[in-house]
Amino acid sequence: MGKNVKVNVHHLTRVEGHGNIVVNVTDGTIEQCEWQVPEAPRFFEAMVRGRHYSEVARITSRICGICAVGHTLASLKATENALGIEISEQTDLLRRVLKHAENYDSHILHVYFLVAPDLLDAPSVFPLVPTHPDVVKRALRMKRLGHEWGACIGGRTTHPTRAVVGGFASLPGAARTVREAEANLRELKDKLLGIVPDAVETYKLLVELAPKIPAFDRPTEYVGLVDDKEYGLYDGRICCLMPDGTREIVNVADYRTVTNEYVSDLSTAKFTKHNMESYMAGAMARMNINYDRLHPEAMKLAEGLGFKPICTNPYMNSVAQFIEAVHSVYMAVEYIDRLLAKGLKDEKPVEPTKFGRGQGSTEVPRGILFHEYDYDAEGFCTMGNCVIPTNQNHGNINQDFQKIVPELLEADKTEKEMELALEMLVRAYDPCISCSTHYLNVTFKK
Amino acid sequence: MMAKVRCAWFDFACCEGCQVELTNLGEQLVDVLGYVDPVEFREVMKETTNGPIDIAFVEGSFTREADRRRLERIRARAKIVVAYGSCATSGGINALKNHMADYADAVYGDDKDRPHLASQKALPISAAIKVDYEIRGCPIDRDEFLRVVTQLVHGTEKVYIPSYPVCVECKRRGTVCRFDEGGYCLGPIARAGCGAPCPADGIPCEACRGMVDDPNEAAMEKVLINNGKLPERRAHNLSRMFTANFRGDA
Repeated sequence: MGKNVKVNVHHLTRVEGHGNIVVNVTDGTIEQCEWQVPEAPRFFEAMVRGRHYSEVARITSRICGICAVGHTLASLKATENALGIEISEQTDLLRRVLKHAENYDSHILHVYFLVAPDLLDAPSVFPLVPTHPDVVKRALRMKRLGHEWGACIGGRTTHPTRAVVGGFASLPGAARTVREAEANLRELKDKLLGIVPDAVETYKLLVELAPKIPAFDRPTEYVGLVDDKEYGLYDGRICCLMPDGTREIVNVADYRTVTNEYVSDLSTAKFTKHNMESYMAGAMARMNINYDRLHPEAMKLAEGLGFKPICTNPYMNSVAQFIEAVHSVYMAVEYIDRLLAKGLKDEKPVEPTKFGRGQGSTEVPRGILFHEYDYDAEGFCTMGNCVIPTNQNHGNINQDFQKIVPELLEADKTEKEMELALEMLVRAYDPCISCSTHYLNVTFKK
Repeated sequence: MMAKVRCAWFDFACCEGCQVELTNLGEQLVDVLGYVDPVEFREVMKETTNGPIDIAFVEGSFTREADRRRLERIRARAKIVVAYGSCATSGGINALKNHMADYADAVYGDDKDRPHLASQKALPISAAIKVDYEIRGCPIDRDEFLRVVTQLVHGTEKVYIPSYPVCVECKRRGTVCRFDEGGYCLGPIARAGCGAPCPADGIPCEACRGMVDDPNEAAMEKVLINNGKLPERRAHNLSRMFTANFRGDA
């Protein structure tokens, strides 16, 4: 009876915020099927113009309250590239610990607070407080660790203070001595290892809930960083992985040949496309690209959760996020061990050697992020360009919609079931915390 | 047992980092939920309400005329409106574009006039509706948020926001002055309440909570040039970063 279903989707004007799903089906014909992004534009690329290089990362950090660390780091890398700055090994390692903190922090937030309620049949985490108190407390405990971890290195996770152009403005934990800073790192390492039992419980919960993850496949292009040193996250070159397994490696300086941004009427955010109609960025894209370089402990969980590269089910992105979160815990422990073995030094940030144009890229929880700036001879920014992973995924979400809606109609799903399936699909991309969560206005009207 | 306070959270143009700061409270949040009943919070809830709200927490700036109606509806339903975060209380970082004539052109180029990209100057929420309390900062200090919520839940009338400058808090925690470290800072005219974490971490205060009452901006500019060794244009533009709407020339 699927072809006889008549569904009209009315997009309410009282749209609260930033993402809308609009699906309009009449007599079995899909007339409209869109993921819309009406987020208020904020004009960061204009705002950085005229600002001194030392202020730019603190401005662009404010693009995102969850990826603030990533925006800070991508910005610093682009600025350092433009200013001819080579950071020290200690800075590189500390930044990797900080990057893994954000990756873990954001993924825990997403998996527990935004995805889990769907799988536990609750509208939000709040009704779970009386019914699943242990789960909620564990979620809050794990989230809190992410914050303490990032704060130890960066000063704060929401708009880090300490990470500056050329290095760090102060030692881990704002220590006044190197010895104190090393003690702070040791304490952080203990906290990280202390979270393992909670991670194991989370794994068990996910194994239990995994059958509820919808089956849907749509091979697409996957874009993410590959790094000589580790699983691509903090640094590297751009890898474009095609569904048939072929890889194209592109230098970060040439990122525009991958992103190809364009303005869509559906969105105040720009869309991107590369070899195919759209591409996917984020945890699942990274795992498809870097699977062999997962920490062995994380790979065990990936196997247990049935993640096999190249995975083409976008709903599995949430699973990939949890696996990455565990990977990040173990990688941070390794980096802390290396820092402690070498011994910390009280280093001053490295000074600029030139002024010009530079690009920087890092992976943020939702995918690959690019920043690019021009600086004049006095160190003032004259141009900024930021390509944000959420934007890079919008096109892919729309393409998923074009495939899944006919499949849902064919399977004779009810409007409620379709609505949930589409909400869960968007949420799986974790497009930005507000876009991904439970306020997507989907209204079906017969 | 007292009835729980019905609280709702709303956001406009912002990064939502202030909401994230609330999740960083960790297990303490469970205690808060003993007193607070979240009835709407789009970031984490599917549930919404058309009913009355005891406290509406509003994050983000007022940047589109189209948002005015939504704000008015929130005001009509809420007994108390709390603007939280710099974007909501001052326009915050979003106001950094307010003095530019060409910001849309710079970002969207030939597409800038497409209707869905329309945007006006970034203003605080109080430019559209009456705001009862403000929690400042970029991001907010989550302990201050808890303090304000505690006072409101228990019916305290006055929520105290310091009027003294950030310098007071640096002295209190024993942070060496940024100027003495060879740096610069907006601390002398910046409104306190944060506990001055930025200078303690080795970076300048950029006045994310706005300025003290009657700030001497001209003197601040001179200090930035003479003691902070900043070029004139940088000294002049420094406070645009978080507090553009509070400047004398706004």
